[in-house]
Amino acid sequence: MVNIKNSATLKFFIFAIATLALLLMPFFLAQFGNSWVRIVVLALLYVMLALGLNIVVGMAGLLDLGYIAFYAVGAYMYALLASPHLMENFQNVAAAFPNGMHTPIVFVVLLAAALAAFFGVMLGAPTLKLRGDYLAIVTLGFGEIIRIFMVNLNSPINLTNGPQGINLIDPPSIFGHSLSKPLQIAHWEIPSLAQYYYLFLLLVGIIIVVNYRLQHSRLGRAWMAIREDEIAAKAMGINTRNVKLAAFAIGASFGGVSGAMFASLQGFVSPESFTLNESIVVLAMVVLGGMSHIPGVILGAVVLYALPEVLRHTAGPAQQAIFGQEMVSPEVLRLLIYGLAMVLIMLYRPKGLWPAPEHGLKSPLLDTNTGKS
Amino acid sequence: MSESFLLSIKGVNKRFGGLQALTEVGLQIKRGQIYGLIGPNGAGKTTFFNVITGLYTPDSGSFILNGKTYTPTAVHEVAKAGIARTFQNIRLFPDMTALENVMVGRHVRTHSGAWGAIFNTKKHREEEAGILKRSRELLEYVGIEKFAEYQAKTLSYGDQRRLEIARALATDPQLLALDEPAAGMNATEKLTLRTLLKRISQDGKTILLIEHDVKLVMGLCDRISVLEYGKLIAQGKPEDVQKDPKVIEAYLGTGH
Repeated sequence: MVNIKNSATLKFFIFAIATLALLLMPFFLAQFGNSWVRIVVLALLYVMLALGLNIVVGMAGLLDLGYIAFYAVGAYMYALLASPHLMENFQNVAAAFPNGMHTPIVFVVLLAAALAAFFGVMLGAPTLKLRGDYLAIVTLGFGEIIRIFMVNLNSPINLTNGPQGINLIDPPSIFGHSLSKPLQIAHWEIPSLAQYYYLFLLLVGIIIVVNYRLQHSRLGRAWMAIREDEIAAKAMGINTRNVKLAAFAIGASFGGVSGAMFASLQGFVSPESFTLNESIVVLAMVVLGGMSHIPGVILGAVVLYALPEVLRHTAGPAQQAIFGQEMVSPEVLRLLIYGLAMVLIMLYRPKGLWPAPEHGLKSPLLDTNTGKS
Repeated sequence: MSESFLLSIKGVNKRFGGLQALTEVGLQIKRGQIYGLIGPNGAGKTTFFNVITGLYTPDSGSFILNGKTYTPTAVHEVAKAGIARTFQNIRLFPDMTALENVMVGRHVRTHSGAWGAIFNTKKHREEEAGILKRSRELLEYVGIEKFAEYQAKTLSYGDQRRLEIARALATDPQLLALDEPAAGMNATEKLTLRTLLKRISQDGKTILLIEHDVKLVMGLCDRISVLEYGKLIAQGKPEDVQKDPKVIEAYLGTGH
């Protein structure tokens, strides 16, 4: 028997070490080159996306194949608010902001969340009565519509600059300090990429807390009830329309924040980044990680994003070392291993890499200790 | 006169294409009664039940619950108005624990939303504590508190029935409507179910019981309605209904 006090201390100890490791990670990885830090930074973006989709798909059980649209909405919103694009194309905007729009980060994050939530409701409202395959088809269409809008909204008024995308996007600035410049704290110099890492880590932290709190709340239970049995949920007095819309809105808002951060990191957005394939990758992260289990979803996002990237950097040199030449190009190998991994996970871990702990799987029918005949 | 009735339903008609499932069906349930609705297979009991609880929209009919007219058009509104139901083929939330199932039942009587949960406000925490306390009490009330942390799908059949009743009670209903609660139960389970229903009734709840098992209904109910081919053929006290020739004919056929 584990002493409760000890196990709490142990938990705190593990938590402290994990936090320290996460905080030191960019400096450690920077030893091997900046591209490694970049992989981790982008992985954090996918963690945000996967956690947002987890609310819609994992908790509320609404299959959404167009989730990347909210990522796109957030990214384009940031791009428009933080680049000269609007000013070059609209006289009155240029007149209103003579020094250019440099929107503060807190405002951007909240606005991205709100705008994406609005689009979430727009998608949710007409699909309330749909389930399963039908819902998947409609959401897929929604995702494509948003992308096609972004490709074509360069005329009659040039809002998105079409397939060329929008560039010259400001890096985010916090208290007047731009994240594109290294930050000097005493003797420490924090490089630009590491600052992005900390910003994203903070946002991921907030999203995780929000996710946990929602899961163990009245709203979270209502989502799960709808997932399990919609008619029974209704009979319990749950207004399924409102509760589903809340799932779409909150899930989308995380996607929006993540999209805005993506735009700020890249400094450039174009419709190419928001294809159906991206929606499917994020869905795969949720499903393969472990639906509606937050640590599982995080693991799924990190593994599915990082694994191919790591391969990209290591497969070539490894083959050089073993065979003296590159037998299979890393790109091909990546897809091969990706596919193989999916098949293996489906076969051996159908509930995901790290599924929710099966509380109460021990059936009372098999359990002799409960003493019920 | 209508004051003493908790539920008063008149003139319900429901048609499915060419089938007239319900013709001018009505019933009046007094506060505190256990009211039985019986009838042979396919008589329209469950259809009537689904109309009362808002799952099917009736073609006509008037509905008064607790002195107020309600229109059973949305299922969740009916639950809010005060009718909680169970299902003929148990519909729990299988992957959630027994406790969570009952906690979902508290949804309609609580208010905390996304903001309360995200910022973990004092009001939200107090409400959560209240939900948890009441849910544990209800599990204890139906006698399955030791399975609180088990997934609903792992409970035995009889316990799943009790859990469904606990979940329905969690909505603080005026009327507890049970659709064939004894279906598929063995004799022992039926006996404990009967004790439980008696107790719920004694604690002041009004119960509408749809049942196949005539023995259970006769011993338990204060009043009974009998449906056949979507029409009411008898209404009254159990002992009177039992002797009614039309009821005997419906159950046993003519020439008996």
